[in-house]
Amino acid sequence: MAEGSVAEVKQSLAAVGYLADEPAALVSFLAQKLGKPVLVEGPAGVGKTELAKALSRASGRELVRLQCYEGLDEAKAMYEWNYRKQLLRIQAGGEAGWEDVQDDIFSTDFLLERPLMQAIASREPVVLLIDEIDKTDQEFEAMLLELLSDFQITIPELGRIEATTMPIVVLTSNDSRELTEALKRRCLYLWLDYPELEREMEIVRLHTPEISETLARKLVEVIRMVRGLDLKKPPSIAESIDWARTLLLLGAEDIDRETFTQSMSIIVKHRTDIDLVAERVGVKLAEPSSPAAG
Amino acid sequence: MDARSPYGPKAEAGPPGMAAKLLGFCEELRGEGVAVGTSEILDAFAALGEVGWTSRADFREALAATIAKSQDDRRVFELLFDRYFFRTAEAEAVQRGVTEHAEGGPPAGDGERFDMDELSEAIREAIAAGDEDAMRDLARLAIAAFGRAEGSGVVGVDVQRIRRTLGLTAGSQPPGEDGGERPPIDRDQLTGFERHLRRELERDLIERTETLPPSRPLAELDRALPTSPTQDLAAVHRAVSQMKRRLATLGHEQRGRKKGRHVDVRRTMRASLETGGVPLRLRYRPKRPRRPEIYVLCDVSTSVTSASVFFLSVLHALHDSFRKLRSFVFIERISEVTEVFEHERDFAAIAQKISSEGGVADVSGYTDYGRVWLEFLTEISEELDPRSTVIVLGDARTNGREPHAEVFAQIAERAGRLFWLNPEPKLYWNYGDSVMAAYERHCDGAFECWTTKHLENFVDVVAGAAPAAE
Repeated sequence: MAEGSVAEVKQSLAAVGYLADEPAALVSFLAQKLGKPVLVEGPAGVGKTELAKALSRASGRELVRLQCYEGLDEAKAMYEWNYRKQLLRIQAGGEAGWEDVQDDIFSTDFLLERPLMQAIASREPVVLLIDEIDKTDQEFEAMLLELLSDFQITIPELGRIEATTMPIVVLTSNDSRELTEALKRRCLYLWLDYPELEREMEIVRLHTPEISETLARKLVEVIRMVRGLDLKKPPSIAESIDWARTLLLLGAEDIDRETFTQSMSIIVKHRTDIDLVAERVGVKLAEPSSPAAG
Repeated sequence: MDARSPYGPKAEAGPPGMAAKLLGFCEELRGEGVAVGTSEILDAFAALGEVGWTSRADFREALAATIAKSQDDRRVFELLFDRYFFRTAEAEAVQRGVTEHAEGGPPAGDGERFDMDELSEAIREAIAAGDEDAMRDLARLAIAAFGRAEGSGVVGVDVQRIRRTLGLTAGSQPPGEDGGERPPIDRDQLTGFERHLRRELERDLIERTETLPPSRPLAELDRALPTSPTQDLAAVHRAVSQMKRRLATLGHEQRGRKKGRHVDVRRTMRASLETGGVPLRLRYRPKRPRRPEIYVLCDVSTSVTSASVFFLSVLHALHDSFRKLRSFVFIERISEVTEVFEHERDFAAIAQKISSEGGVADVSGYTDYGRVWLEFLTEISEELDPRSTVIVLGDARTNGREPHAEVFAQIAERAGRLFWLNPEPKLYWNYGDSVMAAYERHCDGAFECWTTKHLENFVDVVAGAAPAAE
C-alpha cells in the first residue's frame, strides 16, 4: 500500500472495497506510520473486522486472525509444545544422551505455532487481527501487553522471540466490558459507528452495483429508521448489503409495505424485534398498490 | 538526539508554542477525569509528526486517536477540544491586539442590509450539504446582518433569535417561494449551525470586551451519557458483575484462620498412612467461603418512576450474576418477583410483567413502607440469617403513613447486613415525607444511587475495598 498520506490510505482501502471514513483512514495511516496497534470499538456489524481484512488486502499482507472467546488461553493463542512429537523423539532417541534430547525437544521443531506466534515469527509482514478481545478475561489481556508494546514473545525454554517485521495489529471490541487501562495505553483508539446516510449508500452500491440509486437511498433510509428503534440487534452494514441483494433477487423496484414484510427477516433477526419493526416501520411505508410511493 | 532512545525517536515539536498549548490541553483533560498518561502525550506528538498540524480535522482525529481511549473520554475530548483551542486562539488574539474588523470592517457588511431570504436559502444549502466552512462563514454573515446593536448580549438568547429570524426549524420545510420542494432539515444539522452561530457570537463578545469569560469545568450534566436504555443497562451490568466478583471472594480471608477449624477425619486417616497409621499431621476441613444470600427489595411506585427503570435494571443484572438472590417489588405491599426474573431474560418483558402481574398496588398506589416491612417480616424473615444481605432500593417516602421503623430494625437485626440505596440526592433526604433518617440508623449503609457511578461506589463500599468517595 502506498503510505504517503491519509488520502492515499483511504484510496487504497477503497480500491479493495472498504470505504473508510476520515477517522478510520487516519488511524489506519497512523498505525502503519507509528507501528502501534489499533483498538477498534463500536456496535456489532459496523465493519470493525472488515477494516482489518481490508488493511490486509490493501497492503498485500497476509491476515493472521485470532478469534477470542471466553477461556482462551496461552496454549491456544500463542504457542504450545507438541508433546506427542516430543514423546516420539524421546522414544526414538535410542542411545543419544539426555542432554542432547532435552535440548532437542525444546527447539522450534517441536513448537506448535498459534496465531500470535505466527504473526511474530512470520518472515513476511502480516496484519494481525485480534477479534473481540472483550470476550477474554483480564489475564489474557495482560499476557498480550508484551506483544503489543514490543512485538515480542518470551518462551521460557527458548528465550525471547522478536518480530522481524512490524505487523499491523488490529484489536476489535464490542465494548461488552471495559478493557484495562494498560491495554488501551498501548493502542490507538478508533470508534467506528454506523456510517452516515451517504456513505452507507456508497457502501451498498459498491457491493451491489446493479441496484438503482433511488432504491439504495430508500433502503438505507429504512435501515436507519430501523436502527433508530430500541432493538436487541440492530441491522448491521452487512445486513444492509444482504438486503439489497435480496431486493434485487426479488426484482423489487421500490420498498413498499409488502416487500418490506417479505424480506424483513434479512435485517431483523429477533422475534420481538420483528414485531416491533413491523409495527413501527412497516406502517410508514406506502401500500403496494399506490403508485409513486415514497 | 539519539534516534534510538528508549522512548523512540524524538517527536517533532510542531509550530513554536504549540507543544505548550497541547500540554495545557492534556492538563485540562486530566482535570476532567480523562486518564492521559505521558505515553499518550508522546504518542500524540508522534502522530502529529505524521499528519501535520495544519489540517484541523486531521489534527483533531490524530489527537483523539492517541488520547481519548473510550467513548466517554471521546465525548469529554470533543467538548474540551473546541473550547480549549478556541479559547487559546482568542486569548492569543486579545494578547496581541488582533481584531478582524480593524481593516475594512466585516467581510460583506458594507452598510447594506442583507436580503434575509437569500441568506436563509444559502444557509439551508450549506446545512443540507453539511459544509462546515460555509456554515461558519454564513453564521458570521447572519450575525452581521442581524446587527450587533440588536443583540441582547446573552449568547444563548441571540442564537435562538437569529435562528428564528432566518426561519430555520428542524423537520420538514414549507415549500420555497418558487414552489420548489425544500429538503427537510435534520435536527442534528441545525444544532451544528447553531454551534457555529454560538461560537461566532462568543468570538465577537471576546473581541469587544477583550477578555475571556472564566473557564468553567464541564458540568456533570454536559458529559452525562446520552441515555439510551440499552447503554445504561450495559453499564449497570458492568457494575454488578464487578460487585459479583467482589462478593464472591469476600469469605476467603477467613480461610487462613486457625481458630474454629474442624478436623477432617477422613483426610487425616489417609495422611496417616505415610506415617504407618499414626496421625502425626492433622488435616482440617477447608472453610467454605461465605455464600452471599441476597434479598433485594425494590420500590416501584410513581414517586421513583424515573429511578425504578434504573433499579429494575440493577435487579436484572443482579439476577444474571447471583444464583441465591430473591427479589421483591413493593408499593403498598410486597410481592416476590424472583420467578419472573428467572424465566424471562429480556428486560423489557420483565418490566412489563412486573407492572401487570406484580399486584403490588391494590388500593391507592402510594408507597406504604410500614406495611411492607410488616409483610416482609412475617413472610420472609424466618429465612433471614446472619449470612444474608438485604438491599433496599427506595426513596423512603411514606406518603405520611406510619414508617414502622421498629419493624425495620427487627429485619436489620436478623439479616447479616442491610443496605439502602436511595434514588434521591442526599440533599433531599428527610425533606417532605421522606423518613430516611428513621431507617438509616438501622442500616449498615445508606447510599444515594442514581447513576451507575454511585452504584460502583456502593460496590466498593460493600466489598470493603475503599471508603465511600463522598
